[in-house]
Amino acid sequence: MDPTTAVETLQQKFPEQVISAHEHAGQPFVHVKRDRIVDLLKWLRNDGGFDMLADLCGVDYLNQGMPERFCVVYNLTSTASNARFRVKAFVPEADPVIDSVSKLWKSAPWAEREAFDMFGLQFRGHPDLKRILLPESYGGRPLRKDYPLIGEGERQNFPRYTKEAHGKAH
Amino acid sequence: MGVESRPPEGTLTTRVEGLVNWARKNSLWPMPFGTACCAIELMATLASRFDLSRFGAEVIRFSPRQSDLMIVSGRIALKMMPVLLKIWEQMPEPKWCISMGACASCGGIFDNYAMIQGIDRFIPVDVYIPGCPPRPESVIDAIMKIQQIVEREKFASKN
Amino acid sequence: MERPTRTPLEVEEESEGDLGARRMIVNFGPQHPATHGTLRNIIEMDGERILRLEAEIGFLHSGFEKISEYRSYNQTVTVSDRMNYMSPLCNNIALAVAVEEMMGIQVTPRCATIRIILAELSRIADHILCVGLQAMDLGAFSLMLWAFTEREKLYDIFENVTGARLTTSYTRIGGLFRDVPHDFDEQVRRFMESGKKTISEMEGMLDENPIFVNRTKGVGAVSGEESISFGLTGPLLRAAGVQYDVRRARPYLGYDQYEFEIPTEKEGDVYARYRVRVREMYESMKIVDQALKKLPKGPINVSDPRIVLPTKDERNLPEGGMEGLIYHFKNYMHGHGVRPPKGEVYVPTEAPNGELGYYLISDGTERPYRWRVRPPSFYNYQAFARMSEGGLLSDSVAVLSSLNIIAGELDR
Repeated sequence: MDPTTAVETLQQKFPEQVISAHEHAGQPFVHVKRDRIVDLLKWLRNDGGFDMLADLCGVDYLNQGMPERFCVVYNLTSTASNARFRVKAFVPEADPVIDSVSKLWKSAPWAEREAFDMFGLQFRGHPDLKRILLPESYGGRPLRKDYPLIGEGERQNFPRYTKEAHGKAH
Repeated sequence: MGVESRPPEGTLTTRVEGLVNWARKNSLWPMPFGTACCAIELMATLASRFDLSRFGAEVIRFSPRQSDLMIVSGRIALKMMPVLLKIWEQMPEPKWCISMGACASCGGIFDNYAMIQGIDRFIPVDVYIPGCPPRPESVIDAIMKIQQIVEREKFASKN
Repeated sequence: MERPTRTPLEVEEESEGDLGARRMIVNFGPQHPATHGTLRNIIEMDGERILRLEAEIGFLHSGFEKISEYRSYNQTVTVSDRMNYMSPLCNNIALAVAVEEMMGIQVTPRCATIRIILAELSRIADHILCVGLQAMDLGAFSLMLWAFTEREKLYDIFENVTGARLTTSYTRIGGLFRDVPHDFDEQVRRFMESGKKTISEMEGMLDENPIFVNRTKGVGAVSGEESISFGLTGPLLRAAGVQYDVRRARPYLGYDQYEFEIPTEKEGDVYARYRVRVREMYESMKIVDQALKKLPKGPINVSDPRIVLPTKDERNLPEGGMEGLIYHFKNYMHGHGVRPPKGEVYVPTEAPNGELGYYLISDGTERPYRWRVRPPSFYNYQAFARMSEGGLLSDSVAVLSSLNIIAGELDR
């Protein structure tokens, strides 16, 4: 299914879920609510023919005038028809929870873990939601717009070894 | 560990020192702690064109217990730092460290939450190699400088 | 002083007449000669057989996406080549293609052809080293040295063209850093002659070698549908029978004008991936040959002074003078320069490892609002657990080397 038809059919099948439809540089995409995201993507996978989830990532739209602060972006590909489509599900800051799509595509689990790690988005139904790129003991959510670039001191917290102390740390 | 700890206190070694240092400098066994792009240039230094084994540094074994030179090539992230410290602890004395590349020396272009801004903040480094990544000739130059350092080592300072 | 008590060690007697296979938890990495880069696997084993494997990544997480939000688009080119450091030109080209598509810029034919030649040469560099490392992991050390010799010849070409061996940072938005030297054609053709010989020697060493074949055939196989569900792309997908290549599916830079095949195999195991990579190297040479023949003359940069820097002559001479100077100044000042219109775009390209896509969101300023890379190694590595469970530990080493995981791209 080509993306423009996908947009129209989505607006017919899930009218309360689709917030708005957009296009940029010849690539149509939709903004949707997070409530029935699994049904929506399941329909796109089975009937729309978008069999590959090329990428799943999060975005932090702080003070940008978007429906909510956080957004989970699903970039879909159809290997048969070479069509590509994008679905953006908005997640509020106060309650950053959204359903996981790990049951639909096997490529989703790690990508969702990364979104959890970097933004703090929780994925309901995820088999193993824990940090993936940063240590478990890390405190912040780095890719949020209000997190400082140089971090909050974690990169200094290691013991020091010197030659005089003959290999002992202090 | 090593010959230094054998003679009783108060002995002065000259010829033995020279011999041991000569043997050590010509058979440095590096432990490549390669993480990123610099590791590829280190591998290129070990390959046929630039051939590091001419300097005796052919035995690249990834076991810290059997090596004496740690070449940290590549950027060190937060998760990797405890691993680096553990490997440094596991290496027996005498040991030296080369910090290869801009990221290992000072953080490089990555001045952010996830990167250690230079491994010399936490472990003692003997030679720094600037470059991003440094050319294999610079790596060979660094090995030669380590050889000069090894040559000048005195046993008395270790006891 | 109390003596410490010992708890008796419990041994599960699994089967009679056997030493009793015990379950062990083995840590494989992150510092290990067989892991390519900083990867860690925690393996639960029953003797030599793997029952469960859990992969842990993040040992090279460098915060690429965060620092790119503080740089202009042209500055992020330098950031992009530290990701996949085996073929950095492919990363640069993918970024330039993505931003140009977002801005609706059409590059000049000469620029497009040069980019294609360098992308294919990087593909050869990546694949030849992957095959060399695959062989080294299974015991054939000399192939790695042959691979490095060929890579050195490519490094010489890249150095002549871009100025650096590894971290090239060659593309700019709207064009390239500088034009290729006058003997570019000769250097590339000389490389291709020796490269073809080396690749066919490597093929001869491995293709029917009983050790290699026994260790790689049937190992780590995945079916086509499962590969698509895992998001596998590149040689891994094509080895499983799905003929999907972004260069054919969604051509960029004029790839549709070149004749080349998409090599595909059916089994999806380690041997099939090795065959796909070798055949892809020959196809890349075909593309380079066609591109060199039709390399058009002309400018390499788009003639839009708001995006591309004016040349020194335009800046310094009295005739060119003031305008050139003003445009140069404006290109570098904060708040000016390459400013894509508000919007977002996801542009996939075919990197040697698979689909390398850039998802860029622009808010109208010269810094990206969101600079997201779709890393092929990330999705390829996720399937590693599925490929090794049930096999032997030594098979997992073969599978890992066939995935060509580049830690810089995996962790970003």
